[in-house]
Amino acid sequence: MTPMSDVMVLLLTFFMLTATFVKEEPIQVQTPGSVSEIKIPEKNLLTIFVQSVAGVGEEGATGKVFMTMDNESNLSALLDKMEESGALSGLTPEQKRAFAAAPTFGFPLNQMKTWLSPENEGKRSELLHLESAGIPCDSTNDELKVWVQAARDACGSDMRIAIKADATTPYAIIKKVMDSLRSIHENRYNLITNLKGADD
Amino acid sequence: MAKEKASKQKKMNARVDFTPMVDMIMLLVTFFMLCTTLLKPQTMEIAMPSDKEDINEEQRSQIAESKAITILVDEGRTVYYFKGKPTDDNLEKSAFGKDGIRAVLMDANAEAVKKVQALKEKYQKKMSSNLGEELKLKEQYKEELDEIRDGDDTPNVIIKISEKAVYKDQIDILDEMQICNIGKYVIDNFKPEDKAKIDAKFGGK
Repeated sequence: MTPMSDVMVLLLTFFMLTATFVKEEPIQVQTPGSVSEIKIPEKNLLTIFVQSVAGVGEEGATGKVFMTMDNESNLSALLDKMEESGALSGLTPEQKRAFAAAPTFGFPLNQMKTWLSPENEGKRSELLHLESAGIPCDSTNDELKVWVQAARDACGSDMRIAIKADATTPYAIIKKVMDSLRSIHENRYNLITNLKGADD
Repeated sequence: MAKEKASKQKKMNARVDFTPMVDMIMLLVTFFMLCTTLLKPQTMEIAMPSDKEDINEEQRSQIAESKAITILVDEGRTVYYFKGKPTDDNLEKSAFGKDGIRAVLMDANAEAVKKVQALKEKYQKKMSSNLGEELKLKEQYKEELDEIRDGDDTPNVIIKISEKAVYKDQIDILDEMQICNIGKYVIDNFKPEDKAKIDAKFGGK
């Protein structure tokens, strides 16, 4: 028995020290493989999820964009900046707390209040699957720009931006996101990939 | 009499029962195994040209013709490329992977690839067991690598990706840049003219 418990304790310590917790993500993505071996930074990271709604190659394929940050204080700082700039206003402290606790967000600004209202407590992640969810990112209505700008103001120049998208996402959608980042002079960002060998 | 006295004194069992502890540890191990990820996702760093310094026609012509390679990525994972000034007759069809576009780029960048190979060997020999020194070496290696990649004799690659392509195509083509040690590349807009050019030469779909 003693050797077994020894091994168990060792295993447990190993897992506790090396593991990072799985974060709840709005969409399941199969990231494309790449030979790049750079690890993603752990702190101060703004992740932009891109989900494609229509099939590949279809005309006018639309995409949904979600965002998340790595910790709660950054999220609340972001929300404060959004209020400061006037993009979002009139949120109650309760709604602000709900925002900081949410693993991911992504609603048009005018629906944000409803999404954060107390009656939606506990089903916010589910609501992200609604058709109206997603941060608008068109040339006519580019709210992603507002969010990223606010995040940059809130978290300083050390903040990294990462884009996470499925391998099958149409390039048109990625391009929209990249164009929108480009318009606010965010020209350096990371694309999240899997590791693979150079030959395949 | 003596026997009675001995039985009155309780014999203490020196062994502790470990079973509950093992049970609990098992539970914790299973919890950690199921709820965590060990593998951190990799990432690819990319720097896009900013709006201000947008590549306009003037700057485009500054790129030496002999060094420019334009890669067009169309739908269905088809790749076309041409060297030098964009004229109709030198557009060629290629594909992703080792024998496709990579061979072309490796060929165009042969000198830099050779240099990188030499650099790698040089640093392989220098490997040190000292952790601090090792880090320093790595830093040095990276600097020299970047220098070669941005050298004067490396090709300038212009990548144009069709809106009908998928995200994977973009990552794959950027990957090729890294494999082929090309430091100077730019992602440009895929214009209708480019599509027309492909259609003119290869019939299109």
